[in-house]
Amino acid sequence: MAQKEFAGHMVDVNEEGYFTNPQQWNKEIAAAIAKEEGLELSDKHYAIIEFLRNRFISGEALSIRSINKSGIVDVKEFYALFPGAPLKKSTKIAGIPKPSSCI
Amino acid sequence: MSNSNDKPLKKVCIICAKGTIEDVYAALVMTNGAVMEGIEAKLFFTFFGLDAITKRQMKKLKTATIGNPALRMPGNIPFPTLLGALPGVEAGVSAMMKSQMEQLDIPPVDEFMELITAGGGEIYACKLAMDMFKLKREDLCEYVSGVLTIGEFYEMAGGEGTQIIFT
Repeated sequence: MAQKEFAGHMVDVNEEGYFTNPQQWNKEIAAAIAKEEGLELSDKHYAIIEFLRNRFISGEALSIRSINKSGIVDVKEFYALFPGAPLKKSTKIAGIPKPSSCI
Repeated sequence: MSNSNDKPLKKVCIICAKGTIEDVYAALVMTNGAVMEGIEAKLFFTFFGLDAITKRQMKKLKTATIGNPALRMPGNIPFPTLLGALPGVEAGVSAMMKSQMEQLDIPPVDEFMELITAGGGEIYACKLAMDMFKLKREDLCEYVSGVLTIGEFYEMAGGEGTQIIFT
């Protein structure tokens, strides 16, 4: 298993850079991953990250639709906050596995 | 999974010419999937596919219960073609399909189009089929960006790393 250093912490990641142990995550690490992705995290980013992590921990599937219903942001804002591939990018920053959903 | 020499897909232009639930959803899933991956996506509806973007029809899509050999009843029992011809059966099967999809968190057609367009995907209607079915711009739902001729569609499909997909 590969390891990578973020903000002075060594974490376990898979070949795509996703955390294999979400317990190793903290907010400083999130900021460091985001920087690699070219993003500066705002409170809104953190609110989404927290939502994603809570959903993952409770075993619920992640989809674009669930973000839209989250009450934190709508889909348009979500795409604006994490440009490109938002669900992939945000889950990587949130220290959880890449979503396996097609929607 | 991908070869390092592969050029990533940059744009997909997806064409949907049929109006059954499964045909429309195949196109919607592919389009939304592209948008989610950061791939530019254009979805083009033509012929019976226009039902998916017509205000009057988009919430009433059906699955065909005749001429569909892969259709089976719960318990994997073959679905007799004659049964599919009875009144109300198509509606019942279609309602069942929709409830199965809802369980998997697959959104209804209009909500799916909202997700696609909010993410930057674009939805178009075919001019020729619109003329054929006597449809007007105002018959189409709000998520449609425009009505195109085939020439305009091909203009949109330019650029390296573009694929045209006919579902």
